[in-house]
Amino acid sequence: MTTPDDTTLRDEGLAPVGAGRVLLLACGALAREILAVKESNGWDHMTLACLPAILHNTPDKIVPAVREAVSKHKENFDKIFVVYADCGTGGLLKVACDEMGVEMVEGPHCYSFYDGNAEFEARGEVTSFFLTDFLCRQFDAFVTKPLGLDRHPELRDLYFGNYEKLVYQAQQRDPALEEKAKACAAFLGLEYEYRFTGYGDLETALTSQA
Amino acid sequence: MSDEEDDIILSELDDEELVAQMFDDLYDGLKEEIEEGVNILLERKWEPYDILTKALVGGMTIVGNDFRDGILFVPEVLLAANAMKGGMAILKPLLIETGAPRVGKMVIGTVKGDIHDIGKNLVGMMMEGAGFEVIDLGINNSVETYFEALDTEEPDILGMSALLTTTMPYMKVVIDQMVEKGIRDNYTVLVGGAPLNEEFGKAIGADAYCRDAAVAVETAKEFMTRKHNQLAAG
Repeated sequence: MTTPDDTTLRDEGLAPVGAGRVLLLACGALAREILAVKESNGWDHMTLACLPAILHNTPDKIVPAVREAVSKHKENFDKIFVVYADCGTGGLLKVACDEMGVEMVEGPHCYSFYDGNAEFEARGEVTSFFLTDFLCRQFDAFVTKPLGLDRHPELRDLYFGNYEKLVYQAQQRDPALEEKAKACAAFLGLEYEYRFTGYGDLETALTSQA
Repeated sequence: MSDEEDDIILSELDDEELVAQMFDDLYDGLKEEIEEGVNILLERKWEPYDILTKALVGGMTIVGNDFRDGILFVPEVLLAANAMKGGMAILKPLLIETGAPRVGKMVIGTVKGDIHDIGKNLVGMMMEGAGFEVIDLGINNSVETYFEALDTEEPDILGMSALLTTTMPYMKVVIDQMVEKGIRDNYTVLVGGAPLNEEFGKAIGADAYCRDAAVAVETAKEFMTRKHNQLAAG
């Protein structure tokens, strides 16, 4: 299938794609990666639907949005798997998923499960700011504009002064994105590190639903 | 900003107009204008405490309300806070000199493993504006650091902040060790941070969860009133 464009995934999400009986209800920031894993494994029994990725910036809106989507789709599928980690919901997404009887991805956020949750925890990187492929492509929409850095660059160090480096967790090898990630690090005044993660525990989590 | 606003000369405004203009300038994050306004009011023999509460805190309260209501966003609040900080830097030494009323004392810090301090800094500033003495421990604080500050500073309130789901459980570690040490009831413990909620605050044994800086100030004042009433009754 055609890969959905980032702007749509960011602002609108994705209506169900596929004819499978298992619905993967995901963050729009994971759409490309999930479709890639699904396709490479031939998981035709899975359907993907996404919520707008921009919810990443307002985690308090994730739980109500997931609840609404589960309620909307549950009659049409045998099973729903929520492809979100905790994502800043302070444990409330897990509580909601348990209440609704659906499973979700383990871990605190996508930076962790892309790295591998155990690996990420072991690194104990307190002063790193992370970008994934999606967030790198959408850096302006997710970082620059909402933090007002386009209008008030003087705020940069208030936000990022305690960070030391930007870690670009790459899911795909893409020299152009790597250049962009480097520029993002420079823009934020941070050191730069490239870390190829592939799909990490995302693939493991999806395999559990196969 | 419009040309008309550019033409405003603060020193030509009467007190009421000047305070209203300072509210606008705080809202727009204009640090230099706020510093100028504070200096004008001082020249007009305003008490530093009145300038703080009537002009600065009054203005920041509007900013806080509009942030809560989704009219203003984080960048605007930060700019406003920066402007207020400019005014407070002038007032702080004068407040100490003039013996302004002190409502209470707070030790505040972001928990271990967490380097986020924007919310904490806003709370600290608003608490100072409300007449609290604030000891800011900064970021990434261990139980030991909190305990040392409690020992040396003897505050009324301990404030803990966290922005990450992975670091917020550390608040419970601190509170549990306070209980173990038999000092939990000596302090009011307030917690805050984006992923927290009221239920979490209760579950870990905090006195209150504060969703924003304004709520933190109101909650802190409430606990101080209760404390004074208990002391008076006892």
